[in-house]
Amino acid sequence: MAVLDRDTINAVREGFTRHRLSWIDTLPFLFAALMYFFAARYLPLGTQVMIQVAFALSLDLALGYGGIDSLGHVAFFGMGAYAAGLYALYVSSEPLSGLAVAACIGALTGLVTGPLVLRARGLTVVMLTLAIATMLHELANTSAMKPITGGADGLFGFKIAPVFGMFSFDLYGRTAYWYSLGVVAFVFIICKLVVNSPFGLAVRGMRDNPVRMRMLGVNVTARLVTLYCVSGALAAMAGGLSAQVTKLVGLDSLAFLVSGNALVMLILGGAGRLYGAIVGATVFVALSDRAAAIDPFNWLFAVGGVLILAVRFAPQGIVGLIADWSQRLGWVRR
Amino acid sequence: MLKVAATVAALAVDGVAYGMILFLMSVGLTITLGVMRIANLAHCAFAMAGGYIAFALVRSGYFSLFTALPLAVAATMLIGAGLERSLYRWVYATGQLGQILMTIGLVFVVVATANLLFGSNLNAIALPSWLSQTYFYGSVTISAYRVFIIAVSTGIAGTLWAILEFTDFGARLRAAVDNPRMARCVGIDVPRVFSITFSVGCGLAAAAGILGTQIMPLEPWYALEYLVPVLMVVAVGGLGSLKGSFYAALMLGVVDTFGRYYVPAAGAFIIYLAVLLLLLWRPQGVFARV
Repeated sequence: MAVLDRDTINAVREGFTRHRLSWIDTLPFLFAALMYFFAARYLPLGTQVMIQVAFALSLDLALGYGGIDSLGHVAFFGMGAYAAGLYALYVSSEPLSGLAVAACIGALTGLVTGPLVLRARGLTVVMLTLAIATMLHELANTSAMKPITGGADGLFGFKIAPVFGMFSFDLYGRTAYWYSLGVVAFVFIICKLVVNSPFGLAVRGMRDNPVRMRMLGVNVTARLVTLYCVSGALAAMAGGLSAQVTKLVGLDSLAFLVSGNALVMLILGGAGRLYGAIVGATVFVALSDRAAAIDPFNWLFAVGGVLILAVRFAPQGIVGLIADWSQRLGWVRR
Repeated sequence: MLKVAATVAALAVDGVAYGMILFLMSVGLTITLGVMRIANLAHCAFAMAGGYIAFALVRSGYFSLFTALPLAVAATMLIGAGLERSLYRWVYATGQLGQILMTIGLVFVVVATANLLFGSNLNAIALPSWLSQTYFYGSVTISAYRVFIIAVSTGIAGTLWAILEFTDFGARLRAAVDNPRMARCVGIDVPRVFSITFSVGCGLAAAAGILGTQIMPLEPWYALEYLVPVLMVVAVGGLGSLKGSFYAALMLGVVDTFGRYYVPAAGAFIIYLAVLLLLLWRPQGVFARV
């Protein structure tokens, strides 16, 4: 066995620990908890932030870690939303089981579409994911599916029972807020665990050099499909959460714009770090809420411009910039 | 029986007209994707730009559709060439995901601009009276406008084919498509060939946008709305294959038109399912030379 020098070992160890769960990971959640007490007016907005954070986290798993350029991640989000809505409408209004059903449907969608999509490489992946998402959007819109999905009117009129049978969803969105925070924390922990597992390391290796990983004997497609399923299940949970909190599932929960926005959030925050998803989604939703109140179309100017400039000048996103600066200023030893 | 045949004929004309519009839109994109491997998701924005410029010209009252068409196409080619020289330099420099994001960013900016200038209504360019008529041949009803689209776009496609096949520039472009590295080695200025093609592609997309406004009305989200069908044409046709794009566009146009007419309950779902199955069958494109 080759002898590794101390520097290499330290570098490897740091590389691992950087992605491990640590006390820093509680900060966003503490912040969110504090927000409940000091910014109660913004709870519904906060809930929207959480939904998008969960969705962006799931996208980061597939795109940032797995290198799967998915332009149709909204397929999972929408499937989860419809699953949770239909479950609440026809089976039970219990929220947690609804989320579990949504996650299962998301994983199933990943299991069906994954082998088809992930056989391909490069641009074909982009096209296939886009085609699948568009197909599902059209399918939900067909008059044949209208009795089930509600077509353009959307799915509504379902009720959501109190969480744990104790905390009912109130008008001010207090329960919804804590409930979403819990779901996001769950999604985040799952992401962290996946990323740090041997499986997660293999996935990162495949992103950086798929040929080499294949030569090392890793079944690349099988691993990618697994990752796609996990990511799909989490994205579907975000969709289910959105359905339960807003008590409405519209066709736009399968629209391309949802995928597009999540990509913007991830790139804005920084892909492949998980924290980027949190920061990006928070900044994006908060800003777009302010901008939509002023002028929704001019907001698009800003999104488009920021997207172009961010890819050009800050491909690592906000979190990447912070990491760069803190290293340069000597705050973090590297 | 006769009635069925008449319906089929009318649908075929509609489908072919739609297919030809899709083909004109996809020419630039298939070259961009095939030669330079640039994911230019903003391509349909040029079709929209051309459409809106022609719309503004016709609305001003000084121009008819026929005088506005070349002016708007030329203007869009200039815009395309300008962007290719400036913003797209950044796009070329990033990876695939970066290209997708940057061009989506550009789409957002264009959508916002269109809304700012023209509002969010559906717009179509006014047709001269002889074009907006329908002609009856026995029980067959043919819309003059659709026949006009087919005629003009066939003319454009024919010219394009002749240029590619018989001119020096066409030979350079074909060489660049087939093997960019070898083309460079024998002294072809591939980036320059590509710049020109990009601009021409923008012009063709603009022509499609202008001709097609009665089928695909102008609205700010146009650039995103028709991106998916155009991408599908390119993907099914095979990246970089003009002939493939032509067949794929016609097929998509016809299948979509017939599907919507005979199975209205399924709507646009049929065409997406068909494309998905085709792509799964041959990921490199159905008409691609493998």
